[in-house]
Amino acid sequence: MNAASIVIAGVGGQGTLLASRIIGGAAIKSGCDVKVSEVHGMSQRGGSVITFVRYGDGKVSSPVIDSGQADAVLAFELLEAYRCVPYVKKAGGRIIANLQKSDPMPVITGAMDFPENIPEKIRGLGIPLDLLDATALAVKSGNSRAVNVVLIGRLAAALSFPKEIWLAVLRETVKPAFLETNVSAFDEGYYYKGK
Amino acid sequence: MKKLLLGNEAIARGAYEAGVTVAAAYPGTPSTEITEYIAAYDEIYAEWSPNEKVALETAFGASLAGARAICAMKHVGLNVAADPLFTASYTGVGGGLAVCVADDPGMHSSQNEQDSRHYAAASKVLMLEPSDSAECRAFTVQAFELSEKFDTPVLLRLTTRVSHSRSLSETGERAAFPNKKYEKNILKNVMMPGMARARHKIVEQRIRDLTEYAETCGLNTVEMNENPPRSRKFASEEAHNNFSPSAGTARKIGVITSGIAYQYAREALGDSVSYLKLGMVYPLPEKKITGFVSSVDICYVIEELDPVIENHCKRLGLNVLGKEAFSDAPGKNPGVQYPSALLGEYTASHIREVVLGEKPEAFSVSEKIPDRPPVMCAGCPHRGAFHVLNQLKLTVTGDIGCYTLGALPPLSAIDASLCMGASIGMAHGMSKADAGLSKKTVAVIGDSTFLHSGITGLMDVVYNRGSSVVMILDNRITGMTGHQDHPGTGRTIKGEPANAVSLEKICEAVGVRRVNVIDPFDIDGLKKLLKQELEADEPSVIITRRPCRLLIKAEQPRFSVSREACKNCGQCMKIGCPAISKQENAAVIDGTLCAGCGLCAGICKFKAIAATEVSV
Ligand code: SF4
Ligand code: SF4
Repeated sequence: MNAASIVIAGVGGQGTLLASRIIGGAAIKSGCDVKVSEVHGMSQRGGSVITFVRYGDGKVSSPVIDSGQADAVLAFELLEAYRCVPYVKKAGGRIIANLQKSDPMPVITGAMDFPENIPEKIRGLGIPLDLLDATALAVKSGNSRAVNVVLIGRLAAALSFPKEIWLAVLRETVKPAFLETNVSAFDEGYYYKGK
Repeated sequence: MKKLLLGNEAIARGAYEAGVTVAAAYPGTPSTEITEYIAAYDEIYAEWSPNEKVALETAFGASLAGARAICAMKHVGLNVAADPLFTASYTGVGGGLAVCVADDPGMHSSQNEQDSRHYAAASKVLMLEPSDSAECRAFTVQAFELSEKFDTPVLLRLTTRVSHSRSLSETGERAAFPNKKYEKNILKNVMMPGMARARHKIVEQRIRDLTEYAETCGLNTVEMNENPPRSRKFASEEAHNNFSPSAGTARKIGVITSGIAYQYAREALGDSVSYLKLGMVYPLPEKKITGFVSSVDICYVIEELDPVIENHCKRLGLNVLGKEAFSDAPGKNPGVQYPSALLGEYTASHIREVVLGEKPEAFSVSEKIPDRPPVMCAGCPHRGAFHVLNQLKLTVTGDIGCYTLGALPPLSAIDASLCMGASIGMAHGMSKADAGLSKKTVAVIGDSTFLHSGITGLMDVVYNRGSSVVMILDNRITGMTGHQDHPGTGRTIKGEPANAVSLEKICEAVGVRRVNVIDPFDIDGLKKLLKQELEADEPSVIITRRPCRLLIKAEQPRFSVSREACKNCGQCMKIGCPAISKQENAAVIDGTLCAGCGLCAGICKFKAIAATEVSV
């Protein structure tokens, strides 16, 4: 019943599935039971994609996270972070979000406006928000595609698994040729000090 | 060692371990990965069939030949494959035959929310329902044993959250399953009335035997939790009181459930209630359920979609709380209100609220957050075709695939979509009903969908003197489900070269004399061609051919808007490319999203858009 619940939110095609696999992998290596709920199909065409990871020492039953149940929301895009506010656990939940904004079709067509001051609004609700420019950090690490790994690094710093476990999972998950830049991308997130 | 397996991967693993040698399927979310994972095993022959009916017939043939065989489809795929299923129930099997059917409660990626358990009852076929990956593997292995033991196909029912969740599962070795010897047996395998009458008796006896089996088999498990429940405030004190002889005191709560709903119930209620978990959902046991209900003071049936188990209990005269207790849920997915428990997915929070009276707590946002519906990819070949259809203001009957997204603004170029292959029949019917519509109605269908079930519709148009225009959007792949090959691509599921079926030749062979092939990005050419073909008094096919953007690996240029030249007229916004947005003074192209197709550049009247750099 006391499983840790992590929501990973992004836009279809952003690589949220890989993130869920790495987090799940770290939990297994730490001896936890794990469930991951993925999204395939239509939403992967640029729609909102929400993936759940749950793990704990005891048996984890549901692969799904309900509103008010997430210990952490890891958002690859700012609007998706805002959309996921209802998932955040009132007692102790937090959001880690990439600064990047991506306009959804209703904004592109002008039918709706992109909400302003999202970080302030999230913090205004009393939710701790850890905001980083993961896209820039990924570029800095030498691998512009590793935005998801930067974000995982940031999340890893907030979770209790030792760093070696994360690195071991990274070694098993990414292609050897990209390992080095992925590890530096991970470190960019892991050691990020905020600004 | 236990592994974190996707539900669909665990089904494939189970099939492998059970010694399956033949697998056939047509892709459909959420079932697609079952067959993709199976195809990775060298020991198993796997194929993408043109449609689900052919897939089931192929798997049936393999079973007839004595092999263990499996086929997989999404819920609506079973509508297509229902015909062979119902009679395979009569013939029974040779080698074990498992039919996976994946329902999609909540319609994550489907056009309806049908509950496949009805098919099990209607076709009188045994159905199993796993609740996590470990069970996906174990139940698949068992499906083959039961199929052979009871001489029946076995349905394996999945739902999106089981198919697409990862959880830990053991894996085992592959068991050799030498084909049973094939023997001709027309009394069993040729279903003409005389033979089928005899077989129907066998089917009815089989259901009685299976019901008996369901009473004692290990698939249906009882977990009695003896700790007396704490006295608690119930959500609906009155309803509960009706069930308890000792109202107001501690009561024993029972839950009857199956599949993913079991996991939700366990999450919500833990050890505070007792469970009857049904791994076999057709046929359902009677004594076992009756015994369980009478061992508790109050009993809930927790199942998504239709009240199948609930109605069974009610037929047995049992007092259970089902759909009415779970209607009008406040604790559902954020932002979504479900009017009734028949719709969408259940959640643990809602179960906790209904059964234990514990209200969920959550933050809420009052501001309206713009939705992010799926869109056709930047660079999608379909965008050109839909732009033209939109400009010509045609009535468009659509079909199932990525291109169904052409219905959404700003392209807004589809009037109707129903099921696989329906676009052509719909266009034909509309023009027969209203001759005026005939000159401005176009059917739009993908290459894979056309081969799945569009050919028969086209035959209808030709044979019955129709004059519809059919556009086949040929992107050389099955796109929406994640890029699977099909009979037109020239490759098998295992990546081997194959004979490619020619769309042009099929259309000609069916009797269409006007067959044109054009690039969907040739906007002016396509416009002219469409106008011309709509005027013709005979059937016409326009094949718009350009590969799916995601198949193109070569570097493409990126486009950008010149701030000086852009008049901010908004014309380029009308194609609905996710890379283009309208800013204060000019349109802007997001260079990280642009796929370099150049469609927007051709549309801009002021020549403000041009290729800038080669992407790296
Ligand atoms: S996957 Fe291919 S066909 Fe589907 S929307 Fe994207 S580019 Fe178009
Ligand atoms: S060239 Fe234009 S239409 Fe094509 S992907 Fe880039 S921005 Fe979109």
